[in-house]
Amino acid sequence: MRNKDLSTKKFAQEMRSLILDASFRTKVGHIGSCLSIVDILAVLYTQILSIKKLDDPNRDRFILSKGHAALALYSALYLKNILSQTEFDSFHTGLSRIAVHPEYGVPGVELATGSLGQGIGVAVGLALANSLRKSKSKVFALISDAELNEGSVWEAIMFCAHYKLPITVIIDCDGQQGFGYTKEVLSLEPLEEKWKTFGWSVTRVDGHNQKKLLEAIDKPKKYPYVIIADTILGKGVSFMERKVDWHYMPMTPDQYTQAKKELHA
Amino acid sequence: MRKAFVQSMLDIADQDERVLLLTADLGFMVLEPFRDRFPNRFFNVGVSEQNMISLATGLALQGFIPFVYSIATFAVLREYEFIRNGPIAHKLPVRIVGVGTGVDYAYDGLTHYALEDIALMRTLSSLRIIATADSAQTISALQSTWQLPGPTYYRLSKNDLLSVPKLQGRFTYQEIELLRTGKDCVLLTTGSVSQDVYSAVEKLARQGVDCALAIISTIAPFDTRQLLYLLSGYKHVFTFEPHLPTGGVGSLVAEVIADNNLKCTLTRTGITYHPGDYLGTQALIHERNGLDVNGIISTVKKSLS
Repeated sequence: MRNKDLSTKKFAQEMRSLILDASFRTKVGHIGSCLSIVDILAVLYTQILSIKKLDDPNRDRFILSKGHAALALYSALYLKNILSQTEFDSFHTGLSRIAVHPEYGVPGVELATGSLGQGIGVAVGLALANSLRKSKSKVFALISDAELNEGSVWEAIMFCAHYKLPITVIIDCDGQQGFGYTKEVLSLEPLEEKWKTFGWSVTRVDGHNQKKLLEAIDKPKKYPYVIIADTILGKGVSFMERKVDWHYMPMTPDQYTQAKKELHA
Repeated sequence: MRKAFVQSMLDIADQDERVLLLTADLGFMVLEPFRDRFPNRFFNVGVSEQNMISLATGLALQGFIPFVYSIATFAVLREYEFIRNGPIAHKLPVRIVGVGTGVDYAYDGLTHYALEDIALMRTLSSLRIIATADSAQTISALQSTWQLPGPTYYRLSKNDLLSVPKLQGRFTYQEIELLRTGKDCVLLTTGSVSQDVYSAVEKLARQGVDCALAIISTIAPFDTRQLLYLLSGYKHVFTFEPHLPTGGVGSLVAEVIADNNLKCTLTRTGITYHPGDYLGTQALIHERNGLDVNGIISTVKKSLS
Protein backbone atom coordinates (compact mmCIF):
# COMPACT_ATOMS: atom_id res chain seq x y z
CA MET A 1 0.00 0.00 0.00
CA ARG A 2 1.42 3.36 -0.96
CA ASN A 3 -0.01 6.55 0.31
CA LYS A 4 1.74 9.83 0.91
CA ASP A 5 -0.19 10.38 4.10
CA LEU A 6 0.69 7.22 5.97
CA SER A 7 1.18 7.83 9.69
CA THR A 8 4.63 7.06 11.02
CA LYS A 9 3.25 4.04 12.82
CA LYS A 10 1.52 2.69 9.73
CA PHE A 11 4.57 3.51 7.57
CA ALA A 12 6.73 1.40 9.90
CA GLN A 13 4.24 -1.47 9.81
CA GLU A 14 4.19 -1.41 6.03
CA MET A 15 7.98 -1.31 5.91
CA ARG A 16 8.23 -4.39 8.11
CA SER A 17 5.76 -6.22 5.95
CA LEU A 18 7.60 -5.30 2.75
CA ILE A 19 10.93 -6.37 4.25
CA LEU A 20 9.57 -9.77 5.23
CA ASP A 21 7.88 -10.32 1.86
CA ALA A 22 10.92 -9.39 -0.22
CA SER A 23 13.35 -11.28 2.03
CA PHE A 24 11.24 -14.41 1.92
CA ARG A 25 10.61 -14.21 -1.80
CA THR A 26 14.33 -13.92 -2.56
CA LYS A 27 15.71 -15.93 0.38
CA VAL A 28 17.90 -13.01 1.39
CA GLY A 29 19.21 -12.46 4.90
CA HIS A 30 20.02 -9.30 6.85
CA ILE A 31 16.36 -9.32 7.96
CA GLY A 32 17.23 -8.57 11.58
CA SER A 33 19.39 -5.59 10.62
CA CYS A 34 16.60 -4.21 8.43
CA LEU A 35 13.91 -4.60 11.08
CA SER A 36 16.01 -2.88 13.73
CA ILE A 37 16.10 0.42 11.82
CA VAL A 38 12.50 0.50 10.63
CA ASP A 39 11.24 2.96 13.25
CA ILE A 40 14.20 5.30 12.68
CA LEU A 41 13.60 5.35 8.93
CA ALA A 42 9.85 5.73 9.39
CA VAL A 43 10.36 8.84 11.53
CA LEU A 44 12.93 10.29 9.12
CA TYR A 45 10.93 9.68 5.95
CA THR A 46 7.49 10.65 7.29
CA GLN A 47 8.37 13.58 9.53
CA ILE A 48 11.87 14.92 9.02
CA LEU A 49 13.41 14.70 5.58
CA SER A 50 12.50 17.42 3.11
CA ILE A 51 13.07 16.06 -0.41
CA LYS A 52 10.96 18.06 -2.84
CA LYS A 53 12.86 16.79 -5.85
CA LEU A 54 15.57 14.16 -5.99
CA ASP A 55 17.96 16.53 -7.76
CA ASP A 56 17.17 19.58 -5.63
CA PRO A 57 20.57 20.79 -4.42
CA ASN A 58 18.94 21.95 -1.21
CA ARG A 59 17.26 18.68 -0.37
CA ASP A 60 17.92 17.00 2.95
CA ARG A 61 20.22 14.04 2.55
CA PHE A 62 20.18 10.70 4.27
CA ILE A 63 23.01 8.20 4.00
CA LEU A 64 22.56 4.62 5.06
CA SER A 65 26.12 3.91 6.11
CA LYS A 66 25.15 0.39 7.27
CA GLY A 67 24.43 -0.60 3.70
CA HIS A 68 23.45 -4.18 4.49
CA ALA A 69 20.03 -2.86 5.55
CA ALA A 70 19.29 -1.57 2.04
CA LEU A 71 15.98 -3.42 1.91
CA ALA A 72 14.72 -1.23 4.76
CA LEU A 73 15.77 1.88 2.84
CA TYR A 74 14.19 0.59 -0.38
CA SER A 75 10.96 -0.14 1.49
CA ALA A 76 10.86 3.45 2.74
CA LEU A 77 11.67 4.85 -0.70
CA TYR A 78 8.94 2.69 -2.20
CA LEU A 79 6.38 3.88 0.34
CA LYS A 80 7.41 7.47 -0.43
CA ASN A 81 6.77 6.84 -4.14
CA ILE A 82 10.43 7.50 -4.88
CA LEU A 83 10.95 3.91 -6.04
CA SER A 84 8.49 2.50 -8.56
CA GLN A 85 6.55 -0.68 -7.96
CA THR A 86 8.43 -2.34 -10.82
CA GLU A 87 11.79 -1.35 -9.45
CA PHE A 88 10.95 -2.40 -5.90
CA ASP A 89 9.62 -5.74 -7.13
CA SER A 90 12.90 -6.36 -8.94
CA PHE A 91 14.71 -6.65 -5.58
CA HIS A 92 17.43 -9.29 -5.86
CA THR A 93 15.85 -10.70 -9.02
CA GLY A 94 17.50 -11.13 -12.42
CA LEU A 95 19.59 -8.15 -13.47
CA SER A 96 18.46 -5.53 -10.99
CA ARG A 97 19.88 -2.41 -9.41
CA ILE A 98 17.91 -3.13 -6.28
CA ALA A 99 19.69 -5.70 -4.15
CA VAL A 100 21.38 -6.32 -0.83
CA HIS A 101 23.32 -3.04 -0.57
CA PRO A 102 22.37 0.43 -1.87
CA GLU A 103 23.64 0.99 -5.39
CA TYR A 104 24.60 4.08 -7.36
CA GLY A 105 21.84 5.35 -9.61
CA VAL A 106 18.86 4.01 -7.67
CA PRO A 107 16.38 6.86 -7.13
CA GLY A 108 16.65 8.19 -3.59
CA VAL A 109 19.99 6.53 -2.85
CA GLU A 110 22.45 9.30 -1.98
CA LEU A 111 25.44 6.97 -1.66
CA ALA A 112 26.23 3.40 -2.60
CA THR A 113 27.31 1.76 0.63
CA GLY A 114 28.10 -1.73 1.83
CA SER A 115 31.71 -1.40 2.87
CA LEU A 116 31.34 -0.24 6.46
CA GLY A 117 33.12 2.88 7.63
CA GLN A 118 32.82 5.08 4.56
CA GLY A 119 29.27 6.43 4.66
CA ILE A 120 29.75 8.61 7.70
CA GLY A 121 32.83 10.28 6.19
CA VAL A 122 30.92 11.09 3.01
CA ALA A 123 28.05 12.44 5.11
CA VAL A 124 30.53 14.69 6.90
CA GLY A 125 31.71 15.84 3.46
CA LEU A 126 28.09 16.68 2.58
CA ALA A 127 27.79 18.65 5.81
CA LEU A 128 31.03 20.49 5.05
CA ALA A 129 29.63 21.34 1.62
CA ASN A 130 26.41 22.65 3.21
CA SER A 131 28.48 24.76 5.52
CA LEU A 132 30.53 26.18 2.62
CA ARG A 133 27.39 26.80 0.56
CA LYS A 134 25.62 28.28 3.58
CA SER A 135 22.77 25.87 2.89
CA LYS A 136 20.32 25.05 5.65
CA SER A 137 19.58 21.58 4.28
CA LYS A 138 20.12 18.76 6.71
CA VAL A 139 22.41 15.75 6.59
CA PHE A 140 21.70 12.48 8.38
CA ALA A 141 23.79 9.34 8.50
CA LEU A 142 22.68 6.06 10.00
CA ILE A 143 25.53 3.83 11.08
CA SER A 144 25.58 0.52 12.86
CA ASP A 145 27.13 0.10 16.28
CA ALA A 146 29.58 -2.51 15.01
CA GLU A 147 30.57 -0.08 12.26
CA LEU A 148 32.31 1.82 15.02
CA ASN A 149 34.96 -0.92 14.87
CA GLU A 150 36.19 0.81 11.70
CA GLY A 151 38.99 3.30 12.30
CA SER A 152 37.83 5.50 9.43
CA VAL A 153 34.64 6.28 11.39
CA TRP A 154 36.72 7.91 14.10
CA GLU A 155 38.63 9.94 11.51
CA ALA A 156 35.30 11.36 10.36
CA ILE A 157 34.12 11.92 13.93
CA MET A 158 37.24 13.93 14.77
CA PHE A 159 37.09 16.03 11.63
CA CYS A 160 33.42 16.80 12.10
CA ALA A 161 33.87 17.91 15.69
CA HIS A 162 36.86 20.07 14.79
CA TYR A 163 34.77 22.01 12.27
CA LYS A 164 31.53 21.77 14.28
CA LEU A 165 29.62 20.70 11.19
CA PRO A 166 25.83 20.50 11.04
CA ILE A 167 25.10 16.79 10.89
CA THR A 168 23.02 14.28 12.79
CA VAL A 169 24.43 10.79 13.06
CA ILE A 170 22.15 8.03 14.31
CA ILE A 171 23.67 4.83 15.65
CA ASP A 172 21.58 1.71 15.26
CA CYS A 173 22.68 0.23 18.55
CA ASP A 174 21.33 -3.30 18.55
CA GLY A 175 24.38 -4.72 20.31
CA GLN A 176 24.94 -7.40 17.72
CA GLN A 177 27.22 -8.10 14.79
CA GLY A 178 28.20 -10.92 12.45
CA PHE A 179 29.65 -13.37 14.94
CA GLY A 180 27.78 -12.39 18.08
CA TYR A 181 27.18 -9.64 20.58
CA THR A 182 29.25 -6.48 20.24
CA LYS A 183 30.24 -6.69 23.89
CA GLU A 184 31.79 -10.08 23.15
CA VAL A 185 33.35 -9.31 19.77
CA LEU A 186 34.74 -5.83 20.44
CA SER A 187 33.44 -3.74 23.32
CA LEU A 188 31.92 -0.39 22.36
CA GLU A 189 30.65 1.00 25.64
CA PRO A 190 30.65 3.51 27.16
CA LEU A 191 29.44 4.95 23.87
CA GLU A 192 27.98 8.21 25.17
CA GLU A 193 31.21 9.12 26.91
CA LYS A 194 33.27 8.24 23.86
CA TRP A 195 31.30 10.55 21.57
CA LYS A 196 31.18 13.32 24.16
CA THR A 197 34.93 13.10 24.59
CA PHE A 198 35.28 13.45 20.84
CA GLY A 199 33.31 16.70 20.96
CA TRP A 200 29.82 15.64 19.92
CA SER A 201 26.54 16.33 21.69
CA VAL A 202 24.86 13.05 22.50
CA THR A 203 21.32 11.81 23.09
CA ARG A 204 20.40 8.23 23.86
CA VAL A 205 16.87 7.03 23.07
CA ASP A 206 14.78 3.94 22.62
CA GLY A 207 15.18 3.31 18.89
CA HIS A 208 11.67 1.93 18.60
CA ASN A 209 9.82 4.68 20.46
CA GLN A 210 8.79 6.82 17.51
CA LYS A 211 7.73 9.77 19.67
CA LYS A 212 11.05 9.88 21.51
CA LEU A 213 12.96 9.37 18.25
CA LEU A 214 11.11 12.27 16.66
CA GLU A 215 11.89 14.54 19.60
CA ALA A 216 15.53 13.54 19.50
CA ILE A 217 15.92 13.96 15.74
CA ASP A 218 13.84 17.10 15.43
CA LYS A 219 15.63 19.01 18.15
CA PRO A 220 19.37 18.60 17.81
CA LYS A 221 21.15 19.78 20.93
CA LYS A 222 24.24 21.19 19.31
CA TYR A 223 26.17 20.16 16.21
CA PRO A 224 27.71 17.77 15.53
CA TYR A 225 25.01 15.65 17.06
CA VAL A 226 24.73 11.91 17.58
CA ILE A 227 21.69 9.93 18.61
CA ILE A 228 22.45 6.56 20.10
CA ALA A 229 19.29 4.65 19.28
CA ASP A 230 18.99 1.49 21.33
CA THR A 231 17.35 -0.98 19.03
CA ILE A 232 16.45 -4.64 18.92
CA LEU A 233 17.74 -6.81 16.10
CA GLY A 234 14.71 -8.30 14.34
CA LYS A 235 12.28 -5.93 16.09
CA GLY A 236 8.64 -6.92 15.53
CA VAL A 237 9.13 -10.64 15.00
CA SER A 238 9.39 -12.42 18.35
CA PHE A 239 11.55 -15.33 17.27
CA MET A 240 14.04 -13.00 15.56
CA GLU A 241 14.41 -10.44 18.31
CA ARG A 242 17.92 -10.25 19.74
CA LYS A 243 18.92 -13.49 17.99
CA VAL A 244 22.29 -13.22 16.27
CA ASP A 245 21.26 -15.77 13.61
CA TRP A 246 18.98 -13.19 12.03
CA HIS A 247 21.90 -11.03 11.06
CA TYR A 248 22.38 -13.38 8.10
CA MET A 249 19.70 -16.10 7.97
CA PRO A 250 16.77 -16.19 5.53
CA MET A 251 13.31 -17.48 6.61
CA THR A 252 11.71 -20.89 6.11
CA PRO A 253 8.07 -20.89 4.88
CA ASP A 254 6.81 -21.62 8.41
CA GLN A 255 8.90 -18.81 9.87
CA TYR A 256 7.60 -16.42 7.23
CA THR A 257 3.97 -17.32 8.01
CA GLN A 258 4.60 -16.89 11.72
CA ALA A 259 6.39 -13.58 11.22
CA LYS A 260 3.64 -12.12 9.06
CA LYS A 261 1.02 -13.26 11.55
CA GLU A 262 2.82 -11.40 14.32
CA LEU A 263 3.01 -8.20 12.30
CA HIS A 264 -0.71 -8.20 11.75
CA ALA A 265 -1.62 -9.21 15.29
CA MET B 1 56.67 19.21 -9.50
CA ARG B 2 55.13 20.27 -6.20
CA LYS B 3 55.75 23.95 -6.83
CA ALA B 4 54.29 23.64 -10.31
CA PHE B 5 51.26 21.97 -8.77
CA VAL B 6 50.59 24.64 -6.20
CA GLN B 7 51.17 27.45 -8.72
CA SER B 8 48.65 25.82 -11.04
CA MET B 9 46.20 25.41 -8.20
CA LEU B 10 46.27 29.15 -7.56
CA ASP B 11 45.24 29.78 -11.17
CA ILE B 12 42.64 27.03 -11.20
CA ALA B 13 41.08 28.15 -7.92
CA ASP B 14 40.95 31.70 -9.26
CA GLN B 15 38.99 30.46 -12.25
CA ASP B 16 36.43 28.37 -10.38
CA GLU B 17 35.27 28.77 -6.82
CA ARG B 18 34.12 25.16 -6.68
CA VAL B 19 37.78 24.12 -6.49
CA LEU B 20 38.95 23.10 -3.01
CA LEU B 21 42.26 21.68 -1.75
CA LEU B 22 42.44 19.03 0.95
CA THR B 23 45.60 17.57 2.40
CA ALA B 24 46.18 14.79 4.88
CA ASP B 25 48.75 16.93 6.74
CA LEU B 26 51.37 16.72 3.99
CA GLY B 27 52.75 19.45 1.77
CA PHE B 28 54.49 21.52 4.44
CA MET B 29 56.45 24.31 2.70
CA VAL B 30 54.54 23.52 -0.50
CA LEU B 31 50.83 24.21 -0.08
CA GLU B 32 51.08 27.40 1.99
CA PRO B 33 50.56 29.75 -0.99
CA PHE B 34 47.17 28.15 -1.60
CA ARG B 35 46.27 28.11 2.08
CA ASP B 36 47.18 31.77 2.44
CA ARG B 37 45.31 32.89 -0.67
CA PHE B 38 42.22 30.70 -0.19
CA PRO B 39 42.01 30.01 3.55
CA ASN B 40 38.34 29.01 3.33
CA ARG B 41 38.97 26.57 0.51
CA PHE B 42 41.91 24.77 2.08
CA PHE B 43 41.41 21.93 4.55
CA ASN B 44 44.11 20.07 6.38
CA VAL B 45 42.04 17.04 7.40
CA GLY B 46 44.77 15.66 9.64
CA VAL B 47 46.60 12.42 9.10
CA SER B 48 43.53 10.61 7.77
CA GLU B 49 43.74 9.71 4.11
CA GLN B 50 40.64 7.52 4.10
CA ASN B 51 38.52 10.28 5.56
CA MET B 52 40.01 12.74 3.10
CA ILE B 53 38.59 10.73 0.20
CA SER B 54 35.24 10.34 1.94
CA LEU B 55 35.06 14.09 2.56
CA ALA B 56 35.99 14.75 -1.06
CA THR B 57 33.26 12.35 -2.16
CA GLY B 58 30.67 14.23 -0.11
CA LEU B 59 31.94 17.59 -1.36
CA ALA B 60 31.87 16.43 -4.98
CA LEU B 61 28.33 15.07 -4.53
CA GLN B 62 27.40 18.65 -3.65
CA GLY B 63 29.05 20.11 -6.75
CA PHE B 64 32.55 20.97 -5.55
CA ILE B 65 35.78 19.96 -7.30
CA PRO B 66 38.03 18.76 -4.49
CA PHE B 67 41.74 18.11 -4.97
CA VAL B 68 43.16 15.75 -2.36
CA TYR B 69 46.89 15.84 -1.79
CA SER B 70 49.21 13.29 -0.27
CA ILE B 71 52.35 11.29 -0.86
CA ALA B 72 51.49 9.08 -3.83
CA THR B 73 51.65 5.74 -2.08
CA PHE B 74 49.43 6.98 0.78
CA ALA B 75 47.06 8.66 -1.67
CA VAL B 76 46.56 5.41 -3.53
CA LEU B 77 47.30 2.40 -1.35
CA ARG B 78 45.74 3.65 1.88
CA GLU B 79 42.77 5.19 0.13
CA TYR B 80 42.23 2.59 -2.54
CA GLU B 81 38.89 1.11 -1.49
CA PHE B 82 37.57 4.54 -0.56
CA ILE B 83 38.48 5.79 -4.03
CA ARG B 84 36.75 2.84 -5.67
CA ASN B 85 33.56 3.06 -3.63
CA GLY B 86 33.49 6.86 -3.61
CA PRO B 87 34.59 8.90 -6.64
CA ILE B 88 34.78 5.92 -9.00
CA ALA B 89 31.47 4.32 -8.04
CA HIS B 90 29.72 7.70 -8.18
CA LYS B 91 31.55 9.19 -11.19
CA LEU B 92 32.65 12.25 -9.23
CA PRO B 93 35.23 14.91 -10.13
CA VAL B 94 37.60 14.20 -7.26
CA ARG B 95 41.24 14.92 -8.12
CA ILE B 96 43.72 12.68 -6.32
CA VAL B 97 47.17 14.19 -6.30
CA GLY B 98 49.95 11.77 -5.44
CA VAL B 99 53.39 13.27 -4.96
CA GLY B 100 56.61 11.29 -4.85
CA THR B 101 56.71 8.71 -7.63
CA GLY B 102 58.83 5.58 -7.73
CA VAL B 103 61.67 6.00 -5.26
CA ASP B 104 61.58 9.81 -5.04
CA TYR B 105 61.64 9.45 -1.26
CA ALA B 106 64.92 7.55 -1.43
CA TYR B 107 66.21 7.07 2.14
CA ASP B 108 62.68 7.41 3.57
CA GLY B 109 62.27 3.81 2.55
CA LEU B 110 59.69 1.45 1.16
CA THR B 111 56.73 2.89 3.08
CA HIS B 112 57.20 6.07 1.04
CA TYR B 113 57.84 4.54 -2.38
CA ALA B 114 55.10 4.64 -5.02
CA LEU B 115 55.80 1.53 -7.03
CA GLU B 116 52.35 -0.03 -7.38
CA ASP B 117 50.10 2.98 -7.83
CA ILE B 118 49.77 2.92 -11.63
CA ALA B 119 49.01 -0.79 -11.54
CA LEU B 120 46.27 -0.30 -8.97
CA MET B 121 44.79 2.83 -10.49
CA ARG B 122 44.73 1.36 -14.01
CA THR B 123 42.24 -1.24 -12.84
CA LEU B 124 39.74 1.37 -11.65
CA SER B 125 37.09 1.86 -14.26
CA SER B 126 36.91 5.35 -15.74
CA LEU B 127 39.72 6.80 -13.65
CA ARG B 128 41.84 9.27 -15.58
CA ILE B 129 45.58 8.84 -14.85
CA ILE B 130 47.95 11.67 -15.67
CA ALA B 131 51.68 11.18 -14.99
CA THR B 132 53.77 14.18 -15.92
CA ALA B 133 57.40 14.23 -17.00
CA ASP B 134 58.52 17.59 -15.63
CA SER B 135 57.33 20.77 -13.97
CA ALA B 136 56.37 22.59 -17.15
CA GLN B 137 54.29 19.66 -18.34
CA THR B 138 52.64 19.45 -14.92
CA ILE B 139 51.35 23.00 -15.36
CA SER B 140 50.01 22.27 -18.85
CA ALA B 141 48.44 18.98 -17.78
CA LEU B 142 46.66 20.50 -14.81
CA GLN B 143 45.43 23.46 -16.79
CA SER B 144 44.00 21.29 -19.54
CA THR B 145 42.44 18.55 -17.45
CA TRP B 146 41.27 19.91 -14.08
CA GLN B 147 37.80 20.70 -15.33
CA LEU B 148 37.11 17.37 -17.08
CA PRO B 149 34.22 15.33 -15.69
CA GLY B 150 34.83 12.29 -13.49
CA PRO B 151 37.78 11.40 -11.26
CA THR B 152 41.47 11.97 -12.02
CA TYR B 153 44.73 10.73 -10.50
CA TYR B 154 47.69 13.06 -10.94
CA ARG B 155 51.01 11.27 -10.45
CA LEU B 156 53.64 13.89 -9.74
CA SER B 157 57.31 13.59 -8.91
CA LYS B 158 58.48 15.61 -5.93
CA ASN B 159 61.45 16.83 -7.93
CA ASP B 160 60.84 20.46 -8.90
CA LEU B 161 63.91 20.65 -11.14
CA LEU B 162 63.01 18.08 -13.77
CA SER B 163 62.98 19.44 -17.29
CA VAL B 164 62.80 17.31 -20.41
CA PRO B 165 64.48 19.02 -23.37
CA LYS B 166 62.27 19.47 -26.42
CA LEU B 167 59.12 18.65 -24.45
CA GLN B 168 58.75 22.35 -23.67
CA GLY B 169 55.84 21.76 -21.36
CA ARG B 170 53.63 20.28 -24.03
CA PHE B 171 50.70 18.21 -22.86
CA THR B 172 47.75 17.16 -24.96
CA TYR B 173 45.22 15.01 -23.19
CA GLN B 174 45.33 11.40 -24.39
CA GLU B 175 48.17 12.08 -26.79
CA ILE B 176 51.63 10.57 -26.73
CA GLU B 177 54.37 13.19 -26.97
CA LEU B 178 56.85 12.13 -29.64
CA LEU B 179 60.18 13.81 -28.84
CA ARG B 180 62.36 12.11 -31.37
CA THR B 181 62.01 9.88 -34.40
CA GLY B 182 64.50 7.09 -35.04
CA LYS B 183 64.83 4.02 -37.20
CA ASP B 184 66.35 1.40 -34.87
CA CYS B 185 63.86 1.13 -32.01
CA VAL B 186 61.33 3.03 -29.96
CA LEU B 187 61.65 4.00 -26.31
CA LEU B 188 58.52 4.80 -24.29
CA THR B 189 58.71 6.45 -20.92
CA THR B 190 56.68 8.28 -18.33
CA GLY B 191 57.15 10.56 -15.35
CA SER B 192 60.33 11.43 -13.54
CA VAL B 193 62.69 9.19 -15.53
CA SER B 194 61.82 10.89 -18.82
CA GLN B 195 64.67 13.38 -18.52
CA ASP B 196 67.26 10.61 -18.16
CA VAL B 197 65.71 8.57 -20.96
CA TYR B 198 66.00 11.63 -23.17
CA SER B 199 69.69 12.00 -22.28
CA ALA B 200 70.27 8.32 -22.99
CA VAL B 201 68.63 8.59 -26.40
CA GLU B 202 70.83 11.57 -27.28
CA LYS B 203 73.95 9.65 -26.27
CA LEU B 204 72.81 6.57 -28.17
CA ALA B 205 72.41 8.73 -31.27
CA ARG B 206 75.99 9.90 -30.93
CA GLN B 207 76.99 6.23 -30.73
CA GLY B 208 75.11 5.44 -33.91
CA VAL B 209 71.92 4.02 -32.40
CA ASP B 210 68.92 5.87 -33.75
CA CYS B 211 66.01 5.65 -31.28
CA ALA B 212 62.54 7.12 -31.38
CA LEU B 213 61.40 8.49 -28.04
CA ALA B 214 57.89 9.17 -26.82
CA ILE B 215 56.44 10.14 -23.47
CA ILE B 216 53.19 8.67 -22.22
CA SER B 217 51.56 11.16 -19.88
CA THR B 218 47.92 10.12 -20.18
CA ILE B 219 48.05 6.55 -18.93
CA ALA B 220 44.28 6.22 -18.76
CA PRO B 221 42.09 6.41 -20.70
CA PHE B 222 44.68 5.30 -23.19
CA ASP B 223 44.44 5.92 -26.92
CA THR B 224 45.66 2.64 -28.35
CA ARG B 225 45.46 3.72 -31.98
CA GLN B 226 48.16 6.30 -31.53
CA LEU B 227 50.55 3.80 -29.99
CA LEU B 228 49.83 1.28 -32.73
CA TYR B 229 50.74 3.87 -35.32
CA LEU B 230 53.92 4.73 -33.46
CA LEU B 231 55.02 1.11 -33.01
CA SER B 232 54.34 0.05 -36.59
CA GLY B 233 57.52 -0.94 -38.34
CA TYR B 234 59.67 -1.33 -35.21
CA LYS B 235 61.11 -4.64 -34.12
CA HIS B 236 62.22 -3.44 -30.69
CA VAL B 237 60.24 -1.51 -28.09
CA PHE B 238 61.52 -0.44 -24.68
CA THR B 239 59.68 0.98 -21.70
CA PHE B 240 61.28 2.81 -18.77
CA GLU B 241 59.24 3.90 -15.78
CA PRO B 242 59.53 4.82 -12.09
CA HIS B 243 57.21 1.99 -11.05
CA LEU B 244 57.30 -1.78 -10.69
CA PRO B 245 57.94 -3.43 -14.05
CA THR B 246 54.52 -5.05 -13.58
CA GLY B 247 51.22 -3.28 -13.99
CA GLY B 248 52.47 0.10 -15.16
CA VAL B 249 53.27 1.60 -18.53
CA GLY B 250 55.34 -1.45 -19.53
CA SER B 251 52.34 -3.67 -18.97
CA LEU B 252 50.11 -1.23 -20.80
CA VAL B 253 52.37 -1.42 -23.84
CA ALA B 254 52.59 -5.21 -23.52
CA GLU B 255 48.80 -5.42 -23.61
CA VAL B 256 48.64 -3.30 -26.75
CA ILE B 257 51.30 -5.44 -28.44
CA ALA B 258 49.61 -8.70 -27.45
CA ASP B 259 46.06 -7.57 -28.20
CA ASN B 260 47.08 -6.44 -31.68
CA ASN B 261 49.43 -9.29 -32.46
CA LEU B 262 52.36 -6.97 -33.17
CA LYS B 263 55.61 -8.58 -34.22
CA CYS B 264 58.03 -6.80 -31.95
CA THR B 265 59.99 -7.53 -28.81
CA LEU B 266 59.31 -5.54 -25.68
CA THR B 267 61.85 -4.88 -22.93
CA ARG B 268 60.37 -3.40 -19.77
CA THR B 269 62.47 -1.62 -17.17
CA GLY B 270 61.09 -0.48 -13.85
CA ILE B 271 62.05 -0.62 -10.20
CA THR B 272 62.08 -3.90 -8.40
CA TYR B 273 62.37 -3.66 -4.68
CA HIS B 274 63.32 -6.44 -2.30
CA PRO B 275 62.38 -5.60 1.30
CA GLY B 276 65.38 -5.50 3.56
CA ASP B 277 67.78 -5.33 0.66
CA TYR B 278 68.99 -1.76 0.51
CA LEU B 279 68.07 1.91 0.67
CA GLY B 280 69.80 4.65 -1.22
CA THR B 281 69.51 7.87 -3.11
CA GLN B 282 67.11 7.88 -6.00
CA ALA B 283 70.13 7.90 -8.35
CA LEU B 284 71.64 4.82 -6.73
CA ILE B 285 68.38 2.88 -6.78
CA HIS B 286 67.77 3.88 -10.40
CA GLU B 287 71.28 2.73 -11.25
CA ARG B 288 70.69 -0.61 -9.53
CA ASN B 289 67.54 -1.06 -11.61
CA GLY B 290 68.96 0.09 -14.94
CA LEU B 291 67.01 3.34 -14.91
CA ASP B 292 70.04 5.67 -14.98
CA VAL B 293 71.38 7.03 -18.27
CA ASN B 294 74.09 4.37 -18.58
CA GLY B 295 71.68 1.59 -17.64
CA ILE B 296 69.19 2.71 -20.24
CA ILE B 297 71.91 2.83 -22.91
CA SER B 298 73.15 -0.58 -21.93
CA THR B 299 69.66 -2.14 -22.00
CA VAL B 300 68.97 -0.78 -25.48
CA LYS B 301 72.34 -1.79 -26.90
CA LYS B 302 72.13 -5.26 -25.42
CA SER B 303 68.71 -5.92 -26.93
CA LEU B 304 69.66 -4.56 -30.33
CA SER B 305 72.91 -6.46 -30.62
